Amino acid sequence: MATTVDGNITDLPADGTPVNYLNCDHGIRSWVFTLDHKRIGVMYLISIMASLGLGGLMAMLMRAELAHPGQQLFDENTYNQLFTLHGAVMVFLFIIPGIPAALGNFVLPIMLGAKDVAFPRLNLFSYHLWVVGALFFILALTTGGLDTGWTLYVPYALHSDTRVLTAGMGAFILGFSSIFTGVNFVATIHTMRPPGMTWFKMPLFLWALYATAIIQVLATPVLGITLLLLSAEILLGIGIFDPTRGGDPILFQHFFWFYSHPAVYIMILPAMGIISEVIPTFSRKHIFGYHLIAYSSVAIALFGFLVWGHHMFVSSQSQLAATIFSLLTFSVSIPSAIKVFNWLATMYKGSIALDTPMVYSLSFILLFGIGGLTGLFLATLSTDVQLHDTYFVVAHFHYTMMGGTLIAFLAGLHYWWPKMTGRMYNEFWGRLCAVAVFFGFNLTFFPQFVMGSRGMPRRYHDYPAKFEIFHFLSTMGSFLMGMALLGVLLYLLYSLFKGARAPANPWGSATLEWECSSPPPKENFAETPTVSDPYDYDPIKYDAEKHCYHRIPNVE
Amino acid sequence: MVDFSVNTFSSLAGIPLADLSGGGSFWLPPPESVSAWAVDNVFYYIMYLSYFFFALIFAVLVLFVVRYRRRPGVEPVKTATHSLTLEAVWSLIPLGLVIVMFYMGFVGYVELRSPPEQAYEILVSARKWSWQFTYPDGTMSTDLHVPVDEPVRLVMSSEDVIHSLSIPAFRVKMDVVPGRYTRTWFQAKQTGKYDLYCTEYCGTGHSDMLASVVVHEPGDFDTWLAEAGDILGSSATPVEAGEKLFRIHGCGSCHSTDGTPRVGPSLKGIIGETHRFEDGSSAKVDETYIRQSVLEPGAKVRQGFKNQMPTYKGRLSDAEITALIQYLKSLSK
Repeated sequence: MATTVDGNITDLPADGTPVNYLNCDHGIRSWVFTLDHKRIGVMYLISIMASLGLGGLMAMLMRAELAHPGQQLFDENTYNQLFTLHGAVMVFLFIIPGIPAALGNFVLPIMLGAKDVAFPRLNLFSYHLWVVGALFFILALTTGGLDTGWTLYVPYALHSDTRVLTAGMGAFILGFSSIFTGVNFVATIHTMRPPGMTWFKMPLFLWALYATAIIQVLATPVLGITLLLLSAEILLGIGIFDPTRGGDPILFQHFFWFYSHPAVYIMILPAMGIISEVIPTFSRKHIFGYHLIAYSSVAIALFGFLVWGHHMFVSSQSQLAATIFSLLTFSVSIPSAIKVFNWLATMYKGSIALDTPMVYSLSFILLFGIGGLTGLFLATLSTDVQLHDTYFVVAHFHYTMMGGTLIAFLAGLHYWWPKMTGRMYNEFWGRLCAVAVFFGFNLTFFPQFVMGSRGMPRRYHDYPAKFEIFHFLSTMGSFLMGMALLGVLLYLLYSLFKGARAPANPWGSATLEWECSSPPPKENFAETPTVSDPYDYDPIKYDAEKHCYHRIPNVE
Repeated sequence: MVDFSVNTFSSLAGIPLADLSGGGSFWLPPPESVSAWAVDNVFYYIMYLSYFFFALIFAVLVLFVVRYRRRPGVEPVKTATHSLTLEAVWSLIPLGLVIVMFYMGFVGYVELRSPPEQAYEILVSARKWSWQFTYPDGTMSTDLHVPVDEPVRLVMSSEDVIHSLSIPAFRVKMDVVPGRYTRTWFQAKQTGKYDLYCTEYCGTGHSDMLASVVVHEPGDFDTWLAEAGDILGSSATPVEAGEKLFRIHGCGSCHSTDGTPRVGPSLKGIIGETHRFEDGSSAKVDETYIRQSVLEPGAKVRQGFKNQMPTYKGRLSDAEITALIQYLKSLSK
């Protein structure tokens, strides 16, 4: 039960700032060894944003190389390392932990009106493991790199001169970090919901994190097993994947995608959860079809385990298997479509404010819409034969992973920024950069669909001149997007120092995290708050004087 | 700078978005094989559905954002928070549409994966980073030569890592996997030259692992085959024959002839050099040394290199090895 020490909130230090989780303790140790989910969330946030910067820089270097045919900046081997590390850093260090471990860690306990997650020490351990895993990646990067593609396909990876084992060890450790976050969230949601918050009164972000956590716990061990088997094959030659030793390279692909396909739902489900919070808030409308959105998260998590073979339609897996995987893959498209329609229906007759988080959410609907629709081409057996391993696939997964997850991450970051930092960012710059990211993104990735369906293979250092125009546009788009994202970083950092003080509830949200002050006190709530419908905006009234919202109890 | 000529832009404008009559479209290259329908029909079905649903989502989104924008004094209107009918509609309609999609894709996949019984069989060997095509009479080439209007079956294997053979104009793609044979097939509709790519990442030279598919008139194909099949006979000198063999067997993927070391040492002017080996010994390069290196690549491994070379025992005749040696001799320092 979340009973807390009274009085924290009213203690005022000399400068007049109420005591909160940021100023209650000082010194580096108070951060590195903190058990406070909020501080762990903030450390995760800084770490994953640094990873995003690193991965993004590598992406832009790659795009610069590809602006024209022939060699521009790097030789083949450097290019191969860049795309491999871009993928590995973005997947393992940014997207997978991004929303759950950074934003989820901060928000989940507060949304439950709780003091912390169920296992605070495990939570800290999970972050420390993330750091160790990241160090292994940096070690691999600085001692010879990695040139296998993030997919580590054998037998190529068995004979690569680069640091396969080091990077594999990093991914192995990061896997445990991810599992521990998942275990923690499952336990927290099961045991720490406040009185009155039944499963179907939970905010949808929690449903999304719950579904994600299930995948993290069930799928990630398979990544660990795969990496162990790969290491054993390299070090001991056990003959499981290496065809010269009687192993089967296609078996590796099954192992790899058995984790890595569910992993894309680890990436997208929390993103959908954020959108389900932001759209009702900024439309001041109850979410439409709560139950179906909640069920669809769980459905995606479960179906997501049964579709890995769609990465292997031309790999020489059996045609019967390919047919079954194609059919099952379409089962994931329906819950995704339902969510999009339900979000749109939520906006119907609402009162829609285009604040930055909402601009990102609308951007998400459009980009994820394109990502989802183009996924249909890849789920279909015969069209996948044409499109597999071309830029069409590259464009598709960037529309879902970047247009989906990164954009939703930015929506969530801007939505909870006032809560996390106690500061408001500049709305004008926020919206401008959101729009610039949208255009830059489309300029980068839309041309990739066109060249892909015309046959341009992925992971190419050089290409025939007929594809130049598409590559050139794509490169320009990536620079625009890079600048816009840099802009986001700058105005957010500026807000930390010069931003207006954030009220407890700047957006008029109805979930519990907006009931405590911004930033929250260390214990989140002095007493367990009472729970009501997380999407009922009637009691949330605007205070024009203070430019914020208050919950008016017992309205009506 | 980028070529912004009319030609480049004609690929962006003026081409129909879809053309089921047999031409190409903005999205797909002109279909040049008889099975291209297997991809194209369902591609355009999904494409039009995607246009429709994206337009629908975009229109509703813009309409709502404009119509229901926040205005002072205007409160949101309470509407139903769920509707079984609506939600059933937008679950079941997409469900029906994707089942059709699955079925069309399945039918197409069966077509793409089922070569006719009487197909002309060509063996494909992939290795870092070149293709080798072997015809029924034993002739080999690095570009794929086929007769028009005749089904061609490719039986493929890899000597090292996974590669993938892709011919976009024919809607053909199949991985080439070490340790097993994979198959694909096509039947070209008209003569011409088409691009062939490796589409499974295979390392340094992945983006150079390109070849052409040359589609001949039936008579021309036989002429080509006869000429290409008799390298020693159709070449004026052993050096010329050796140069052709060097190319066909993909030696140049790993060994340059200009002095730059690649995966293997450059072969420029090596005759007469003294080489040091990984085991510390050394030897002078002569004809016997080269012959041994071709047949037993692991016997003498130059210092600073790893032995990655497959053996050519049984793949090159003595006369061919002799021609290769003559060619290497011609590469002066």
